[in-house]
Amino acid sequence: MSFECGVFHTRYESDMGLRPRPLQRIRLAVFAAFVLVFPFLAGPYWLDLANQVAIATVGAIGLNILVGYTGQISLGQGAFMAIGAYTAGLLTLNLGLPWGVSIAVACVVTSLAGTFFGLPSLRLKGLYLAIATLAAQEIVEWGMTHWTAVTGGTEAIVLPAPSLFGVRLNTSFSFYWFGVLMAAGTALFAANLFRTRMGRAFVAVRDQDIAASVIGVNLFRTKLLAFATSSFFVGLAGAMIAYYRTIITWERFTLETSIVYLAMIIVGGLGSIRGSFFGAVLITLLPAMITNTGRALQDTAPVVANLLPYAQQAVFGVVIILFLIFEPKGLSKLWGNVKDYFHVWPFAYRRG
Amino acid sequence: MDVFLQLTVSGLSTGMIYALAAAGFVVIYKASDVINFAQGDLLLFGTYLVFFAVAQTGLPWSLGIVVTVLLAVAVALVIERLVLRPLIGEPVISMIMVTIGLSSVLRAAVNAIWGPAPRSFESFLPAGDVALGPVMLSTGRLLSIPIALAVLAALWLFFRHTRDGIAMRAIADDQQAALSMGISIPRVFGIAWGLAAASAAIGGIMLAGIVGVSPNVASIGLRVFPVVILGGLDSIRGAVIGGAIIGLLEVYTGGYVGRGLSLVVPYVVLVLVLMVRPYGLFGKEIIERV
Repeated sequence: MSFECGVFHTRYESDMGLRPRPLQRIRLAVFAAFVLVFPFLAGPYWLDLANQVAIATVGAIGLNILVGYTGQISLGQGAFMAIGAYTAGLLTLNLGLPWGVSIAVACVVTSLAGTFFGLPSLRLKGLYLAIATLAAQEIVEWGMTHWTAVTGGTEAIVLPAPSLFGVRLNTSFSFYWFGVLMAAGTALFAANLFRTRMGRAFVAVRDQDIAASVIGVNLFRTKLLAFATSSFFVGLAGAMIAYYRTIITWERFTLETSIVYLAMIIVGGLGSIRGSFFGAVLITLLPAMITNTGRALQDTAPVVANLLPYAQQAVFGVVIILFLIFEPKGLSKLWGNVKDYFHVWPFAYRRG
Repeated sequence: MDVFLQLTVSGLSTGMIYALAAAGFVVIYKASDVINFAQGDLLLFGTYLVFFAVAQTGLPWSLGIVVTVLLAVAVALVIERLVLRPLIGEPVISMIMVTIGLSSVLRAAVNAIWGPAPRSFESFLPAGDVALGPVMLSTGRLLSIPIALAVLAALWLFFRHTRDGIAMRAIADDQQAALSMGISIPRVFGIAWGLAAASAAIGGIMLAGIVGVSPNVASIGLRVFPVVILGGLDSIRGAVIGGAIIGLLEVYTGGYVGRGLSLVVPYVVLVLVLMVRPYGLFGKEIIERV
């Protein structure tokens, strides 16, 4: 939490505001301007990365609602994304629903599936729940590849590109706007969620479930709601991937996916919306940057370039470990530190 | 009947390798409450180390095995000291993620050093088959069962009769009380990781003989979860029996029902066990109700 020294609210509206301080608004405006200008400056490669970041942000916020805010560890992210992607895709292909409707239905279906898989959370805690969601992941993964009649098994499902107001979203540029809209909407919803009774109940369950139930939080309802809310957005992320790639394959939704998303929220910061975004950016860009470095080294040092795929894997692991040891609160905390420093600059008293 | 016998032997030998990996997992969990997602990668590391020691360096088998186990233990001690110790007392999610990170690093290291292609070399387990009546059984698989059982028995005796083993049980029982009796927790955690690596390395050595050396070995790491949940997270005996049950179940469903189904059956069992009896067959019944 960044400290609020020197901030005096004189009106209730400003006290309740999401971003009451002028500096916060300026930062937000600069960021928004960047987001709006970015697609006109960037090439298709960077736009593709940006779209991946947008999708990952939606998924990471979804996962953070469950893991970071409610404290229920889930290794089933990949499975929930798969449910979202396959539901959205199959509804359009088999029933001919418009893509917007099928994405909406997919979110609801994933939400229900999430609630179902959340049922064990009422009996199981911590690592037992983690292992139960691991089993759910494996079972869904198996279903994707073996329930051939519905999912097409290991064959890919090909979707038509979606279109919005007559514009086909078949390029990175056109999809970018949809992606940004969804990511911003998710972030706004989540930021507001934790100012409501329900959101506060999530946090109370995370911090001390017995105390939460003593002050009148219904654990049963709250945990299931957390699973439902979280899976809703995770399903949205899955459906977005389906429509962005216009091709659905099971390889996108394995346990590895679950781990990548967990890494995002660990590195970004558990229980932080902006952390989810930071994590999504870092974990999406990291492999791309390593690949670029490798390509650059292709001629000068081919040995290094050959080790590249392993370097990606190793760096991924090292980043997780380093963050857990040195900054368990993630990039979000680092950003907070920077802000705090400049908040009272040049009168910082904490650093010598 | 022939098929049944063959399946049983192959199921038991697979099960015993699961049990070795699971025993390492249980030792770490018992001592330090850490869920080790890198157990499969320790196994993987074992197979490649023995390949390195025997096929690449040319050591005789007996020496090769000793070198493999020692190297594996050394690596595990370094991991424990550098990565796990700073995180003692952190929440479950941190512990899970740090071992997942470790698993990623270990796998990358193995791939970078030895390459992704599968390797093969002559096993110390005799090749060929033994005729048991009308049934031909693979000698390697048959022999791996008593070897694994011997290692697991040694581990069990260690917990019952040695000073360090008893210290480990004391810590598992009550950390505060153990501390006040002068037991060094860092030492015990180190021993736990060393033992886990040693038992994984022995499992790896046998795997190298039975199925060969390839990066796929690491996937066994996930199979450990059904085994330990079924047997009980903190019980060596549970690891053995859970390993045998899961190994047999997998092979029987693969043999009689369908190849594909054998992949998912362990996880279905896992879910059922979690619903009915979360502490497993032999685990301590201290599951928290929420």
